[in-house]
Amino acid sequence: MTAAVNPQDADPRPGRLLKAPEHFITPAGVRTVFAEAQAGRRDFIRRAFAGAAGAAGAAGAAALGASSAARAQPSNPVPTEGGDPNILNLPEHSKGLGLPVATDGYGKPSKYESNVQRRQSPGLTQTAQASVSFAPLQSLFGIVTPAGLHFERHHQGWWDVDPSRHRLLLNGSDPSLMKTPKVFTMDEVMRMPSTSRFHFIECGANSGMEWGNVAVPTVQYSHGMLSCSEFTGVPLRLLLDQCGVDYRRARFVLAEGADGSSMTRTIPMEMVENGEVLLAYGQNGEMLRPENGYPLRLVVPGVQGVSWVKYLRRIEVGDQPWASKDEAIHYIDLMPGGLHRQYSSIQECKSVVTTPSGGQVLLDRGFYNVSGLAWSGRGKVVKVDVTVDGGRNWRPARLEQPVMDKCLTRFNIDWVWDGRPAIVQSRATDSTGYVQPAYRQLRAVRGTRSIYHNNAIQSWLVQESGEVRNVQLG
Amino acid sequence: MCSWARTGAAGLAAAVLAAAVLTDGAAAQAQPKPPKPAVSPAARMPQTPQTPQTPQALPGLGRPATAQEIAAWDIDVRPDFKGLPKGQGSVAQGQDLWEAKCAMCHGVFGESNEVFSPLVGGTTAADVASGRVARLNDPAFPGRTTLMKVATVSTLWDYINRAMPWNAPKSLKPDEVYAVTAFLLNLGGVLPDDFVLSDRNIAEAQARLPNRLGMSTQHALWPGQTLGGTAKPDVQAVACMSNCATEPTLASMLPDFARNAHGNLAEQNRLVGPQHGADTSRPAGAPATAPAAPAATAATAAAAAPTALLSKHACSGCHAVDGKLVGPSFREVAVKQGNRPDALAYLAGKIRSGGVGVWGQVPMPPQSLPDDDAKAIARWLTEGARK
Repeated sequence: MTAAVNPQDADPRPGRLLKAPEHFITPAGVRTVFAEAQAGRRDFIRRAFAGAAGAAGAAGAAALGASSAARAQPSNPVPTEGGDPNILNLPEHSKGLGLPVATDGYGKPSKYESNVQRRQSPGLTQTAQASVSFAPLQSLFGIVTPAGLHFERHHQGWWDVDPSRHRLLLNGSDPSLMKTPKVFTMDEVMRMPSTSRFHFIECGANSGMEWGNVAVPTVQYSHGMLSCSEFTGVPLRLLLDQCGVDYRRARFVLAEGADGSSMTRTIPMEMVENGEVLLAYGQNGEMLRPENGYPLRLVVPGVQGVSWVKYLRRIEVGDQPWASKDEAIHYIDLMPGGLHRQYSSIQECKSVVTTPSGGQVLLDRGFYNVSGLAWSGRGKVVKVDVTVDGGRNWRPARLEQPVMDKCLTRFNIDWVWDGRPAIVQSRATDSTGYVQPAYRQLRAVRGTRSIYHNNAIQSWLVQESGEVRNVQLG
Repeated sequence: MCSWARTGAAGLAAAVLAAAVLTDGAAAQAQPKPPKPAVSPAARMPQTPQTPQTPQALPGLGRPATAQEIAAWDIDVRPDFKGLPKGQGSVAQGQDLWEAKCAMCHGVFGESNEVFSPLVGGTTAADVASGRVARLNDPAFPGRTTLMKVATVSTLWDYINRAMPWNAPKSLKPDEVYAVTAFLLNLGGVLPDDFVLSDRNIAEAQARLPNRLGMSTQHALWPGQTLGGTAKPDVQAVACMSNCATEPTLASMLPDFARNAHGNLAEQNRLVGPQHGADTSRPAGAPATAPAAPAATAATAAAAAPTALLSKHACSGCHAVDGKLVGPSFREVAVKQGNRPDALAYLAGKIRSGGVGVWGQVPMPPQSLPDDDAKAIARWLTEGARK
């Protein structure tokens, strides 16, 4: 079933229901969205603006959310009987003996964190092996994604590959492009001069379900094909240099995985030459996780995740691109007029507020630290602006250090919520001067059926009840 | 203070300089520099600022690949058919293979969307003639099939060869890949029924692909200039700060019927934090309840009494449900003792009396807890000590 299908409205021919991302909500669902919009939600949102801007009375705003009685209980109520029982009655952990060291040889998060999981979006894919799990951005801090919460994208299932038997082969499309094709073991790759760098990885289809309309409820599903790690490995350039590459003619590199799909993508030699493309085996201080390509994957900073080939077994240099399946049938961007953009790779500047975000409930009025992530595949984030009135007025947010090239940047900004409806957005600017566009600006150029490379500004509607909803303005 | 600092800094600088000289000297001795490429990348690529690099030798690492090794792994086929092995296969042979190995996922006619997006459909004879698929301009058309998109027949051959069938990739022989490719193209009206596809005539198939002229590299999303794209991004926005024009209407939000389509969002947010997850199992605006407990805690609450008791009587200090701590796990106890005829009485008694020897030489001290509590824990153990 798709995510947003009403049993009553379900397509009478379920087998005919297309489940590609652009149809994540069924046509009937889309019609419902627009019908509801026309039938009054427009007024609803107008009042939201009026309320948020303070230009209208509370009466208008009150229509927006449920009554204030619906607001969640304050998390820290004034005690009625002398004190908080959590203080007055000492808990077991204050009165007993704790657990010994090495209870768990490779430690795990607290059991109270069990809600924080990477998750599939129901109905997005029909198989679990060619599928996606989304990172829970709403629950993460700073810029590093814990390896166990890193988003997953597999094309033909994942494997736990024996590193002692894994080999990397480098060759040329013809012998004249590489003098000496070579084989390396993992032992040898790990003996080489290594480097560690922080980079984001984002799937080209991140936010792809939202091109035409709102389709998912939370930031986990709207932006969760995004993660960021410290990667440790060897510049690919170093290995190519060992093989005698004709860099004048070999302007393209093919990366190939060892799994069943043997994923292939074309990489520009410019990025290899300037040293930024890595053969990575380390991630956040440990080895790559199997789901992320253990023991070896390509790191192509700023470029969409599909090019970061996992279980990397082979590098080929050539004098023209390969038009592999994932650059000739998928990961191509449909433009108005019917042409597809091919070899689209760079993830342009983008940001999203992760707290508060869709599906959450603000506990009470008062102070909040609005926080989010910004990134650019073309360089550093230099500025993030945040609005709480749907884009009329913006304030620059604090960029938390470190701010690094082609890496997530955490931003924060103070906000005192007065209990009235608000529309929260963030807008990033990168070191090339590029400004993250609004949906209207993006669609004016690219239409709504591109699937890939949606970097539009995200809007969260904070209702008077405190509940936050994913909305798109127009 | 100041003079000390200056002296210290100067001394440090001198030491660093000496170290640098030493390092350079050592490097020059140990690693003879290999010859540079005929044309340096920096000279050819003025638009990409690069630090000059001297190739570093890594003696002892890597070995030349053998011809057999390269042949085993170098399976890619390019749009110009470089890498395409010799072979052939007919549409008819492809049909037999298709029905045996492909149809269960892709449908008898390649049209199924039960498992994957459809391969066939949406193309016309006019598209075959023009090289552009007209339906890509029709927003009402339900989806995009592979044959509506693909512009290079090499892509089909390469992918079928490397990754198909889904559960047995790389099991097809080259002739079989030709046959399956021929049948797929026949289903799409690209090749006639009697066609025999081979390395010698695959260019004919390429010349008839419906969307062969449908790709563009005129965009700024490819790093570098090698594909003739544009340098300037296609979407240009400005960062207005105050009294900006907004998008004043709600274009879209999730319909109420989809509120819980991704599961209860209360269970997808941390137990604590500035916001909690919305309880989407209830209608929007319904009176809020206490913050939802995590799923695991909720599951534990189903077996509520034992868990609370285990905590209250500090059993969990030494025993976990799974895995040994100081003492055996509850699960181990349940497996070993839970099925004896007197299990309930035995376990309740052992909880109160403690003991040594059954599970090793670490003693369990006697526990003072109400008899009912001991029995409740014992009952939970006899039921398998489920979480």
